[in-house]
Amino acid sequence: MSTSTERLDALRGGAAPVDHNARTVAALAGNPGCDRRAVLDAAGISKRDTAVHLGHPAPFGQSPFALARARSFEELVKADRCAHLLRLLREALGLPIPAIAYLDIPQAGGQATRELRHARTRKELRQAAESAVRDGSGDGTLVDHPLFTLPVAGHEVYLDPAVLAVQAGSRFHIVEIKSFAVIDGAADSAQVAAASRLSAVYVYALKAMFAAEGIDPGLVSHEVVLVCPKDFANHPTATLLDVRLQLAALRRQLSRLTRIDRILDRLPPDLTFSLEQSPAELARAVRAAEARYAPECLSTCEMAYFCRSDARECGSLEVLGRVTRDDLGGLDSVDAVLDLAADDRRTASEHDEIAEQLRHVHAIYRAHTAAEAVVA
Amino acid sequence: MSVVTSYARALAVREGRAQPVATVRHLHLAADPLVFIPLRLAGEAAAPLGAMVGSHPARPHLLVVPQPRNRDLRFAFMAELARIMLPYIEGRAAATETVPGKNERERYLDAPQVIVPGRGAVEFVRLLGRSTRFRSADGPYPVDPAVPVLGQWLTFLYERTEFAGSSALVPMTEALSLHWATGQSPMEDANLATLLAWICPPPGHTGQEAAAAAEDPVRWPPAGPDTDPGFDARVLRPAIDAYDASGSPEPVREALRGQLEPTWRLMWQAVELLRGRPEAASVGDRWAADRDRYTREVARVAEGGPPRGRRDQAGSAAARLWDMESARQSYDAQRAYDDPLVMAEHRATGKAFAGEVVHVDRERTILLPGGKKPVSRPLVTVRTADPVRLAPGKKVFSAHRRRQSGEVIELDGDLVVVQLNDQLAKGAGVPGVGDAVCFTELDLGGRIRPGFPAAEETPWTHGGPPAAYVPTDEDAKEDWS
Repeated sequence: MSTSTERLDALRGGAAPVDHNARTVAALAGNPGCDRRAVLDAAGISKRDTAVHLGHPAPFGQSPFALARARSFEELVKADRCAHLLRLLREALGLPIPAIAYLDIPQAGGQATRELRHARTRKELRQAAESAVRDGSGDGTLVDHPLFTLPVAGHEVYLDPAVLAVQAGSRFHIVEIKSFAVIDGAADSAQVAAASRLSAVYVYALKAMFAAEGIDPGLVSHEVVLVCPKDFANHPTATLLDVRLQLAALRRQLSRLTRIDRILDRLPPDLTFSLEQSPAELARAVRAAEARYAPECLSTCEMAYFCRSDARECGSLEVLGRVTRDDLGGLDSVDAVLDLAADDRRTASEHDEIAEQLRHVHAIYRAHTAAEAVVA
Repeated sequence: MSVVTSYARALAVREGRAQPVATVRHLHLAADPLVFIPLRLAGEAAAPLGAMVGSHPARPHLLVVPQPRNRDLRFAFMAELARIMLPYIEGRAAATETVPGKNERERYLDAPQVIVPGRGAVEFVRLLGRSTRFRSADGPYPVDPAVPVLGQWLTFLYERTEFAGSSALVPMTEALSLHWATGQSPMEDANLATLLAWICPPPGHTGQEAAAAAEDPVRWPPAGPDTDPGFDARVLRPAIDAYDASGSPEPVREALRGQLEPTWRLMWQAVELLRGRPEAASVGDRWAADRDRYTREVARVAEGGPPRGRRDQAGSAAARLWDMESARQSYDAQRAYDDPLVMAEHRATGKAFAGEVVHVDRERTILLPGGKKPVSRPLVTVRTADPVRLAPGKKVFSAHRRRQSGEVIELDGDLVVVQLNDQLAKGAGVPGVGDAVCFTELDLGGRIRPGFPAAEETPWTHGGPPAAYVPTDEDAKEDWS
């Protein structure tokens, strides 16, 4: 472990490490085959700065209006020691919470380091769990600003969730506050899906923490409390979100993630992604870690524009999207597709079935577009 | 999904520009469509920020909300939008035609066509409709009487998009993708600027280069409804602050004009591109369905019909689902019948075959089960190079003589024997030796909807008869903050 930590520090060069968050873990699990992303994330390298240095900045950013809206909604929900939230948990969800202890971790710890905050989170949740098991139900506990850790690709990362953990009866729920609207009982499905993936990361981390403490991870509910504004107003509403599916996907993909040591073993020993080097040198270094580009990366990974440019350069089919890649199953480059389509000699290959379809489409396509060219 | 489209995408990469995947235009295009580009404030569900709207490329109307958090300004924006959109929408209700048949009715010769940049704008139209249709011109929070009417029409337009083949509310990126395949992914095709860059790259540039340039949000602002976060921080926020300080909407107006004008030009460029394609044979039929619905909606609104409820009731939902499925089936089949490039996909996957007639048995008759008199059932033998995957006994339709059905009798190497079942009066429907024919299993559908129980007869399995929807003051004063 220490050796791989040293190597990761060396890869980062002199820069300070950036934090993982649930978003990056969820994205990592969404593309588990990408070595490049795994290494950059495990080493805590700023992908944003790297992409900028490489000349392929990602146009990510959040509007100040969206940030302000998210902040004001969260403040509203958490105002008066989560008065709104408790009402929602009791009324809307019928959670059995007679009285509740509200614990705010950063406030208690002051300028606490991450280790201290994490230790405090662990202690409070362990006590809550023990008393819950002992008494059966009893009073609830609401932990604000908890800090979780999660082993990702063999490397421990801290998760600083903007969420709360609430204990109701003997069950623990993750509470996620989002500012997208639930209109007539339905919200934008893409945003709900993203929220479920994020929440699943927290549920997973909490379960892992319980397991490490010797507490039954089954106490952590797979139902997440999602708090959103209702209709077009600012009033919060709460929904229970079942994240079992996302949890299973996350567990499978995190376990499949090639352990970071194994990726590191394949990299040259003196490799560094330090931003001190020239863009060309950095590009060479980054290319040493293999990427698996897909257009979905464009919305989740800061490196995507660099990887896309490389994928285009070598005529990869990946740039055309998953549907096309699946349609042309087995073929990996634009040239392979077009050569096979135009191959009248019917050279035998392992791609016989798709080759036959392509030759067929090619013939029809040529006949019709040629006819059109004559008309035009 | 489609080998033809995927092949064309690969070809687009090599050729450096988008490749056609249709030989004809599969949507109706009005002589004067209403182009509508709405923008919303980031982070809000349905807070309009501004819009560019109009039916003439040289005369766009620019509407802005100088402080989008101010609810009165939002309703003023909706009222202004209504003053532009309602005359366009309601003005289509002029001359009518009589539709003969069992269900004889009058139908307007025209209907509104609103074109928006993409799927995001379609969804925003739904939310604008939802947030305004329950409003009331009197009561606790009165609004301009035109606002709820506009809300009803926006809802109508949105609901038409749920039916395949409707041209009432058209997301432009999807309309273009129906006709061209680019060398980028479908996800990137949702960006109108890059999509058009692939379709018509400037001289001396490949589609890829042009698309890369079009990704710059400063030169080509997003087509909405969401604005560029960088624009929000650097330009929009100071402009809104200036309005709060001075009361002058000009800075916001100028900022939004700069964001909307490039998209406005792209939208009309795309309209002209589509206009250059010949219209497909079935487009008229589908537009007639849009006109039918429009005619009914005009009557409903004129009678003061209540706004659509927030949720469907069981009976109407079942009927709507049936209509949606039927529209989807007809649309998929019609496009293939109308367009050899669309049919190519079905030929490649074996659901259709085309070829030349090599033998015809005109005089063949058979005795139908239970029948007494032999009936004419000619046999046509077709030579085809297509990989046919239709088993004997499979019902097929002729792509050239619509609605003529037949049955695959025998497959032998590259020969297919088809028995023709109808449209045989005086032998007119039988092709001759040497004719090019195409048969497919795609069914044009278009059957009459089975009767669903009336609302008051909704069975208990579906919750029983629903309570009638009565708009309440509660709806009318719903917060919009």
